Amino acid sequence: MLVGREGRRRVVKSVDLASRKLGLRPGIPVARAQGLFPDLVLMDADPAGDQMGLEKLALWFQNRIAPIVAVDAPDGLVLDTTGADHLHGGELSMLEDMVHRMAAAGFRAKAVVAETWGAAHALARYGRAPVAVVSPGEVVSALADLPLEALRLSGMVVEGLAALGVSRIGSLAAMPRAPLALRFGPEVVCRLDQAFGRLTEAIVPVRPVVPVEVSRNFAEPIGAAETIARYIGKLVPLLCQRLEERGQGVRCLDLVLYRVDSRTEAIRVATAMPVRDVKRLTRLLCGKIETVDPGFGIERMVLTASLAEPMDRRQTVSSLISVEEADVSDLIDTLANRVGAQALYRFAPVESDLPERSFCRVHALAPEETEDWPGHWPRPTRLLARPEPVQAMAELPDQPPLFFIWRGVRRKVKCADGPERVFGEWWKNDAELTIARDYFRVEDTSGERFWLYRAGDGEHGETGSQRWFLHGIFG
Amino acid sequence: MTVEIQKKPGLETLRAAIRCLEGHSDRRRKVLPFGISGIDRWLPGGGLALGALHEVAGGGNDALHGAAAAQFCADIAARTRGRVLWIVTRQDMFAPSLKQVGLSARRIIYVEAGSDIDVLACFEEGLRHGGLGAVVGEVSRLSMTASRRLQLAAETSGSLGIAIRRRRQSGDADDFGQPTASVTRWRVSVLPSGSLPVPGVGCSHWRLELVRARAGGCTDFEVEACDGKGRLSLPAALVDQSDQEAAGERRARA
Repeated sequence: MLVGREGRRRVVKSVDLASRKLGLRPGIPVARAQGLFPDLVLMDADPAGDQMGLEKLALWFQNRIAPIVAVDAPDGLVLDTTGADHLHGGELSMLEDMVHRMAAAGFRAKAVVAETWGAAHALARYGRAPVAVVSPGEVVSALADLPLEALRLSGMVVEGLAALGVSRIGSLAAMPRAPLALRFGPEVVCRLDQAFGRLTEAIVPVRPVVPVEVSRNFAEPIGAAETIARYIGKLVPLLCQRLEERGQGVRCLDLVLYRVDSRTEAIRVATAMPVRDVKRLTRLLCGKIETVDPGFGIERMVLTASLAEPMDRRQTVSSLISVEEADVSDLIDTLANRVGAQALYRFAPVESDLPERSFCRVHALAPEETEDWPGHWPRPTRLLARPEPVQAMAELPDQPPLFFIWRGVRRKVKCADGPERVFGEWWKNDAELTIARDYFRVEDTSGERFWLYRAGDGEHGETGSQRWFLHGIFG
Repeated sequence: MTVEIQKKPGLETLRAAIRCLEGHSDRRRKVLPFGISGIDRWLPGGGLALGALHEVAGGGNDALHGAAAAQFCADIAARTRGRVLWIVTRQDMFAPSLKQVGLSARRIIYVEAGSDIDVLACFEEGLRHGGLGAVVGEVSRLSMTASRRLQLAAETSGSLGIAIRRRRQSGDADDFGQPTASVTRWRVSVLPSGSLPVPGVGCSHWRLELVRARAGGCTDFEVEACDGKGRLSLPAALVDQSDQEAAGERRARA
């Protein structure tokens, strides 16, 4: 069951088959539904996600069935199949094909061909058959028995008409038009006309975004790295020119090389920010030529900007006011294409007392965070990936150890600072409710400084195992 | 006196000729001074040369952990301007600690390279870029060829490069003794901290050995570790001594 907001109320937006059998319908308040059936599974509706999904589906239909496809929000698509049905073996088999393909993808769909958008919309949602073809003469009779909601009228109008005792399209169509328009506005008459084909309704089709693409065919296959580099140098300016017309920059660039033995090789480079710099893109691509196997030769090169984003020009700071920090995004791209984007990062503070949770990795060019680590206690330069257990002897409850043995070396503690007590994060994990750690900064007789902790507070067994661990090394 | 005046022009032309041979005659070397005359006077130009590669290794157990060496590098990097690229093979830096030597985590970009070869490649790329304040790379081995490439990259762009020489395992042979093209080589070892009137750990002390400096002498210093602004300082006991420089020279000769 999906739940959404309608004004200030939380109402049921849609239900699955099982809840429908229980008698639940879209539109009832969530509180009432939960009161009737306490163990309902509720999920939040995501209208924006639905819209995006429909647009994607529309593009698929555009490729497969007919060129004019539009999203019929919130739950349908409308296609103008004029002149397209014979390609799929007639209207009925086309509809069956569509429904079957949707079923294969896990969706229960209904499809109707009718003369007008309005009629098809009504019959697909409120008609009985999952697949139907309504011929132009049958529209009036087919619509007559359907409820008023099928006409895409607003809820207020439907309620108003219900108060007048009108609940079917047939009876609404039979009523005199002028009083209807006077009482409920032009919407009712307009929708009726649209459904019966007396008023045309344009379908605004979705437009696929075609990525910018440039290509080059070779009369003679090429294979040498220098030749490939030379043609990259010729393709990139063309691509950048096309991008400039659109005002876009590249985020992801694919170079596909078609070999004479019908295999393809590809180079992909990604950038942290939209880029339209010929030199920089050429350099990124040329840096990866060594990963390509040209085989017997390459006969075609296609350069595609798979991901392009609008470039925003930023006003630079005048050098009179302050010296601008050098732009390192090109370096970031070069390195990211060498070692991978996830291996390039910055540390950002996280509010946590536990050292291993007090930082996180963010993108190297992420906006600068405002908060910072508290600086009142010295912190070790190196933090071990996982604390290593040491044998130590210490006076209870809160004295630093007298000596400890780490990696087989016994070290006598000369002086120490501590304890700094850290508690578990009980709001994250029930097991951490009672956990405590006592951190000590100790220096051994040779001057080496370490960060040791005892798991537990030294008094209560439930706070930890009371064993000692080495967690970091000071410089 | 007259001898000196006569000698000097010849010496200058000779130096200019050598600089010309070295290929950077047109650029005046910029330096990053430590701000401690006792250290700066041992370095040619009065500070750590920018546009050059420097090497730092830890002494004793720190050759393995590299904690003091990393802190020393962070202290140098903190005094530069712009972003800092820090290249490691295995990440074990603890970010809050660098903030305490004055190097904000917002300035450091880490690169986790898979192997030493990748580290060197990223190192060179970073040095070539020229827009970074400092490039720090943690490498276990640094051959003459590799260091020469890094040094050339640093020379062309004017970036400061610091290689932290760190051993992978305790059994590894130390190849810090092998010659490289770096301009200076440092070894940082921890010393027992300064005594406090109350129980506790005092300010960290280091022995800073200048193992090699191109066109400079080698010596060692005893310093107090960096404060919040990334500055080393001489221990109070040494500052008071009037013949501190003489002591340094004595130690260097020894």
